[in-house]
Amino acid sequence: MTTTNDPYATFEAGSSDTTTGRVFTVTGQDWDSVVSGIAEEGDERVVVNMGPQHPSTHGVLRLILELEGETVTEARCGIGYLHTGIEKNMEFRTWVQGVTFCTRMDYLSPFFNETTYSLGVEKLLDIEDDIPEKADVMRVLLMELNRISSHLVAIATGGMEIGALTVMTIGFRERELVLDLFELITGLRMNHAFIRPGGVAQDMPPGALDEIRDFIALMKKRLPEYADLCNANPIFKARLENVGHLDLAGCMALGITGPPLRSTGYPWDLRKMQPYCGYEDYEFDVITRDSMDAYGRFRIRVDEMWESLKIVEQSANRLGDLEGAPIMVADKKIAWPSQLAIGSDGMGNSLDHIRHIMGESMEALIHHFKLVTEGFRVPAGQAYVPIESPRGELGAHVVSDGGTRPYRAHFRDPSFTNLQATSVMSEGGMIADVIVAIASIDPVMGGVDR
Amino acid sequence: MTEKGPQDSLPARPGSQGPEVIDVRKGMFGVQGSGDTSGYGGIVRPVAMPGGSPKPYGGWFDELAESFESALRPEGFVSAVEKVVVYRREITFFIRRGDLLKVAETLRNDPALRFEFCSGVSGVHYPNDEGRELHAVYHLLSMTHNRRIRLEVTCPDNDPHIPSVVAIYPTNDWHERETYDFFGIIFDGHPALTRIEMPDDWPGHPQRKDYPLGGIPVEYKGATIPPPDQRRSYT
Repeated sequence: MTTTNDPYATFEAGSSDTTTGRVFTVTGQDWDSVVSGIAEEGDERVVVNMGPQHPSTHGVLRLILELEGETVTEARCGIGYLHTGIEKNMEFRTWVQGVTFCTRMDYLSPFFNETTYSLGVEKLLDIEDDIPEKADVMRVLLMELNRISSHLVAIATGGMEIGALTVMTIGFRERELVLDLFELITGLRMNHAFIRPGGVAQDMPPGALDEIRDFIALMKKRLPEYADLCNANPIFKARLENVGHLDLAGCMALGITGPPLRSTGYPWDLRKMQPYCGYEDYEFDVITRDSMDAYGRFRIRVDEMWESLKIVEQSANRLGDLEGAPIMVADKKIAWPSQLAIGSDGMGNSLDHIRHIMGESMEALIHHFKLVTEGFRVPAGQAYVPIESPRGELGAHVVSDGGTRPYRAHFRDPSFTNLQATSVMSEGGMIADVIVAIASIDPVMGGVDR
Repeated sequence: MTEKGPQDSLPARPGSQGPEVIDVRKGMFGVQGSGDTSGYGGIVRPVAMPGGSPKPYGGWFDELAESFESALRPEGFVSAVEKVVVYRREITFFIRRGDLLKVAETLRNDPALRFEFCSGVSGVHYPNDEGRELHAVYHLLSMTHNRRIRLEVTCPDNDPHIPSVVAIYPTNDWHERETYDFFGIIFDGHPALTRIEMPDDWPGHPQRKDYPLGGIPVEYKGATIPPPDQRRSYT
């Protein structure tokens, strides 16, 4: 057996005999050793560890594939590589600080993480009806922009994984425009912690609505490019059509939501079925297809971006009429005491507020201090308010014991649940189709592992 | 907090209505045994979760509870359902663990209930709620009727067994593994109950309240800040 010296490998590539059979360690460019080694064995059955560091597994996902030649007979997932204990950490911070943690879970859809958590806390506080209209409209605006950026990454990385690099470059090109909008509105490109229990952190900055309108106009020109590039592309269709099949019964059993569920023709979208944040006031359609395959899910994502664009347009128009309206609940025992502002040293408390608490009102200073350090108390109980994230039903099971910190916050992340469909979608197919099937689920490992 | 109502309502064990005290918290700032003269150290605050709700539950809850009762037949319902809590417009059925499988199957199959979708299971650890330390919380969704309910099953710490619902809701495969991983609840009948997030040889179950957060002191500009779980905090 020939061995290659890979300076980056901690052990030498090659083969060794173990109690479970012959183990080959390959690091790239040395596949011949496996082929010739297997030829000696005379057995077509191989178990391949794919990942967790593999460019095509859509993240830090480990796939354990049992192969007969190129056919996958069994597929299993190994997850946990991105587990960071976010839920545990949240139990040691105040309710408002919790947003800072949960925004990092599914890093491609941070606003959805923030919203579902905030809605749960608001339900426990029983202030759902007191959230100002403008806060709701801004949440919807940000979530729908986020849906566009998330779907763009889904399409871009999905394209990259099957070798369609142009799909990736144009996908990330447009996503950048969305991130620019996020940066303008929240100050950050990701991990915003902008949507908070009670409302949102800041008002819309001047000029933001014009930027959003420019973005909408540009996207209306750019989105057809995806359709032109992919919809009827014979190579793209050959790779995606009839791959990753999962029917409605399978979706129900495995708890699959989002585009995979809608690709079975079932129009389930929580924005329509159980509206939150005032989604009932927007006009949009739920996109379905009935092909039940990866191609259908791709087309759903492209069409959903159009629908999101429609909602963004409507919410931008509504925001135009809401200038100066409040963005936080009026209850001073819950609302963050100050509005943030951009200063010479970055974002911080607004100077007006600092003047007020430091120079004018002792009570305001005490109030600010108590609310920021101690936080507010949330009545004991539990709540679960799921929302429609780009990947499906995202919900936070929020438990309070009446204290200033979450007693337990558990996130039902759609990536985690949907990833369970890997086996049923890929077994019996070719190994190359595993990649397509997983890309069509679009799992985000940060959300899977939390 | 739900209002107390007429006592003739089903289902309830005597004394299960009204807030349920699961813990008592003492002191403040997490400081114990210091010469605290502020008086805050003497604070005693009971931790009370919302207790059982009397009928009527309001809205579609009553219709649902009725179908649920008739599907299980009243005697089955009384034995399976410990109590019903309606809180913040959500309904929670506390199910005795021995009856969980029957209840889940009925909820999924009965046409009037038809909870065909399970959003997974979440664990909660109440270390001072004796005999009911570990809770498994299931969120069920009926897409047919567009309704959501919550099932809560408890088990004691010294016998952490709950039947697995994977045969009824296959989606709970990974969710139960996660809850086992983080809380140590053993789901009997699960096809392969192994750790899922933590490494296979990890000691302990990290989301339990007796498991420390961990962390190291942070030095910043000469001052040392203790790790988050050892900082002074409001209790």
